[in-house]
Amino acid sequence: MHEYSIVQAMFDQIESQAARRQAIAVKRVCVRIGRAAGVDVPLLKTAYDTFRVKTICEQAPLEVEEIPERWSCPEGHGDIPPGRRLTCDQCGKPATMASGDEIVLERLELEVP
Amino acid sequence: MCDSCGCGDSDIVPVAVHERILANNERAARHNREHFHDHQVAVINLMGSPGAGKTAVLEATARVLGPSKKLGVLVGDLATDNDARRVRAAGIAAEAITTGSACHLDADMVHKGLHRLPWRELDVLFIENVGNLVCPAVYDLGQDVNVVALSVTEGEDKPLKYPTIFRKADLVLLTKVDLLSVLPDISIDRIRENLSMVMPKPLMIPVSATSGQGIDEWVRWLEDLKLVSAPSHHHAHGDAHDGHAEHHHHHHHHAHR
Repeated sequence: MHEYSIVQAMFDQIESQAARRQAIAVKRVCVRIGRAAGVDVPLLKTAYDTFRVKTICEQAPLEVEEIPERWSCPEGHGDIPPGRRLTCDQCGKPATMASGDEIVLERLELEVP
Repeated sequence: MCDSCGCGDSDIVPVAVHERILANNERAARHNREHFHDHQVAVINLMGSPGAGKTAVLEATARVLGPSKKLGVLVGDLATDNDARRVRAAGIAAEAITTGSACHLDADMVHKGLHRLPWRELDVLFIENVGNLVCPAVYDLGQDVNVVALSVTEGEDKPLKYPTIFRKADLVLLTKVDLLSVLPDISIDRIRENLSMVMPKPLMIPVSATSGQGIDEWVRWLEDLKLVSAPSHHHAHGDAHDGHAEHHHHHHHHAHR
């Protein structure tokens, strides 16, 4: 249920962005969420819809771009598919995460006077 | 104002933000970490399900490590300070962080909790997180290492069901292994195999707080944490002092790293 606290942190960021540009409304919110970031996207959307009532985001749909989980060999031996041991077949080195851990406020559309 | 035709309508402007949503928590965590490093306190974020045996592990740790190291615990719980009292009874300084409805600790709650604990005097600070395998994984607290307690009764596939928290673990303590004798279907090897699918550097120590099995190995792991065994003034003698590069002490130090 930490999705609610993530949305709360996101609203703080949105409000400071909007204040900086004297926006009168937010028209769109775009976030990037990694598939392995530990965030449940449907729950995030529910939390957002609960919070946005009577805020500057009331008319702003939330767009979520989900980022796939990718692991790769640190020595450049290529990708290591998730769902198996996270070590490189060729050199035995532990895999490093290339993507999938993102919890990012990517873009806003603001209505300015 | 719409400049092109002068109609008086407002404009829609796109703003590229590219900011991590938990950036504020990460700033607070960095702040905690600087404090901990300044005072040479090793900090362990201990996570796991409710009932995984986190508090029992701390009690067992106190029995073995308590006489030689100063230990302290911040215990996060939704309500009650029962766990903090248990740990205190085992002889460790402990304070509860009652989170109310929050399912995890964040860096700011830890910071506030520190005000009630003589943490600067400690060698090791354990932060016992709220019992939960999902939410705590997302919040950096300023710890040096993450440890996840997983009990043998929780099922072999827990790491596959909750990959995020195990991925972020530096060590998994497999707890309650004294119960394995009555759990014929549970295999430590299969748990280890499942961990290797979600942890790039899988490391697991089977322990029992009841029988004491594995507690010595866990304590050795704690003692090997850089901050516990090597006070930071040792590092100050390192490469920054080029004039001492030929100094015997310097070579000695590096030869044993």
